[in-house]
Amino acid sequence: MNGILVLIPVALGLGLLGLFAFFWAVGRGQFDDLDGAALRIFIDDAGDSRTPEAPDVD
Amino acid sequence: MNRPTGLLCAETALVTSRFAVPGMRCAGCIAKLETGLPAMAGVAAARVNFTARQVLVSHDPALAMPDLVQAFAGLGFEANPIQDALGAPDSEARGLVKALAVAGFAAMNIMLLSVSVWSGAGGVTRDLFHLLSALIALPTIAYAGQPFYRSAWRALQAGHSNMDVPISIGVSLATALSLYESATHGAHAYFDSAVMLLFFLLAGRWLDAVMRDRARDGVSALLKHMAPGALVLADDGGSHWHRADALQPGMTLLVASGERLAADGLILDGRSHFDQSLITGEAMPVAIGPGGRVLAGTLNCGDAVQVTVTAAGADTSIADIARLMRDAAQGRSRYVRIADRAARFYAPAVHALALLSFIGWMLAGAGWHQSLLIAVAVLIITCPCALGLAVPAAQIVASGALMRAGVLVKDGSALERLAEANACVFDKTGTLTLGHPEPIDLPRLDPDAAGVALALARCSRHPLSEALRTALAAAGTRPRQVTLISETPGEGLRGQWRGQVVRLGRPTIETGGMMATALLIGNAPEQIIRFIDPLRPQAAQTIRELQHLGLGSRILSGDAAATVAMVAAELGIPGEAGLDPATKLARINALTGAGARVLMVGDGLNDGPALAAGHVSMAPASAADASQMAADAVFLGSSLAPVAIAIRAARATQAVVRQNFALAIGYNIIAVPLAMAGLVTPLIAALAMSGSSIIVVANALRLKGAAR
Repeated sequence: MNGILVLIPVALGLGLLGLFAFFWAVGRGQFDDLDGAALRIFIDDAGDSRTPEAPDVD
Repeated sequence: MNRPTGLLCAETALVTSRFAVPGMRCAGCIAKLETGLPAMAGVAAARVNFTARQVLVSHDPALAMPDLVQAFAGLGFEANPIQDALGAPDSEARGLVKALAVAGFAAMNIMLLSVSVWSGAGGVTRDLFHLLSALIALPTIAYAGQPFYRSAWRALQAGHSNMDVPISIGVSLATALSLYESATHGAHAYFDSAVMLLFFLLAGRWLDAVMRDRARDGVSALLKHMAPGALVLADDGGSHWHRADALQPGMTLLVASGERLAADGLILDGRSHFDQSLITGEAMPVAIGPGGRVLAGTLNCGDAVQVTVTAAGADTSIADIARLMRDAAQGRSRYVRIADRAARFYAPAVHALALLSFIGWMLAGAGWHQSLLIAVAVLIITCPCALGLAVPAAQIVASGALMRAGVLVKDGSALERLAEANACVFDKTGTLTLGHPEPIDLPRLDPDAAGVALALARCSRHPLSEALRTALAAAGTRPRQVTLISETPGEGLRGQWRGQVVRLGRPTIETGGMMATALLIGNAPEQIIRFIDPLRPQAAQTIRELQHLGLGSRILSGDAAATVAMVAAELGIPGEAGLDPATKLARINALTGAGARVLMVGDGLNDGPALAAGHVSMAPASAADASQMAADAVFLGSSLAPVAIAIRAARATQAVVRQNFALAIGYNIIAVPLAMAGLVTPLIAALAMSGSSIIVVANALRLKGAAR
């Protein structure tokens, strides 16, 4: 019974953490371009696609 | 994530512009755009949204729209600027997905606690779990229940009822009673049912919003931005780019060849031909000289001209059509969706049943607490959970299938109205036909004549010349050496070949109403090259199929009588010619008045009011942007077949929706007597609710292949 008093808040806390992570991701627009995310892994130079305006490393 | 944005941005504030780029296909295109655009001076960054086929460019405000479009063209992409109102991400779906996440989180946790209560936890443990459930449920219902409470409140204020009224009452009553139960150490708390109900219903709402967004993104990505602005000549001879809404009567515009006019006006200097098909539906461009009136939205396909603005913005004739369209659309907003029509009968029945059980058990002497508990059980059991999911689940699966078949349906109500259509009205130019002419007399030309024609035609941007050039080039014709080529708008082209005068232009003899051009070499008799505007592929087959589905078709066109009669005869349907937008609208209203539910298919701006007035409407992707906005569905590609496919898929969807309603009603017929008899516990309510929702969604998934 005492174990439950600890475990339930822990479970709720972890759940809330996941919920906030999801809210954060939605707010940042990470679900706006699902098809694009699937394609971006095919772009060879990963750094280039994420920061197109960054100067070349070499 | 703070990225270096280059030297330029440190000095000036950047602006962002959104572009629709329908042509991107692969990862290579993304990389090309995101690296290629920032390489241009003045552009800080470009970000591709592949799902919406859009690119967000942040750039120096000094950089004008045409330059940016040019930059896209340099990379090999056609880009159309999108106004913010169209391109901004919708907050509705986002808000709903957040509410859905909260409801899902709460439903899972409360279910966990409830399961232990159901499996026998008693005494202090049960009270603690009920208290915890209440702590989770109350904020969840306050947050995730908002869409329903707001919609129910709006409906009640307007003096009618919708699906959300029984939902709101059910959830509120169940929560209040459960709170009382928890406080008085009772055994039955319905927190799990209340939150799970919200979760399932939000899933339905969210699917509905996603469907609207998806089609809207697709449509706005296809929009051809008609005339975002124009180059205005200043008194000192300089020129500046002005946005269309900043144009004033009296300004002088420089309209380049191939540009669309941003305002109505009179030609001050120059002579050119204008493609007015957008406004009048007439396929052939009209030659207009100094003093002639030109209309906003028409395309200059000849030489550059200077135009004095007579009307801009809301005073243009194009805006008149838009007003006509807005008025016509009012009738459609009165359409009541099938779920709300069901709710009209459903809500009073549910409330009457709950009240009846309460009164019945009171009379039987059960005490008000017991009676109220049973009445709430009835409300929860009958809450239209499966109904709320039945319609959107079926419609989103069908619209996904239609999207793969090349039809973008804008919302669920469009699918419902599409299924009800029983008459079909087509525009001609650009809808039944492809909207661009093709020469039919080419085999009669000898190689020299064809070569001369090609040499002349490639010097002009007249649609007939372009059609001729495309057809001749495709046939492998080699152009001849023609010199001293000059073009007179309205007359044609002339030049010299081997010392003879050659001419390509307006025929001097009558061609029977057909589009035609004449080729003259030296003193030889002129050779007529006739053009037809070919029908879309599968046009005749689609008309036959529509007939088979019970939709009689007819043509309402703004074009000349002879061409309309030809197309009508070829397809075997009645046709009317020479109609202006207001007359088309009147014809549609007359058909509607006679009891028909008209499916209007059109593309031009002149069809806009008719599209808005029809019971339901479709437009090809090549249509004017205003028409795409007015239409309920947009079909891609050159074939007309998607029209019949859409009707079939919409009817299949409606059948599945009806099956789902039958399933939901069947479930109620079994569950409601149990609830009224007082046999339903929170456990049974939870099982029944999720069971019926899963069945309804599974049935909806059968529509995956509906659009074949």
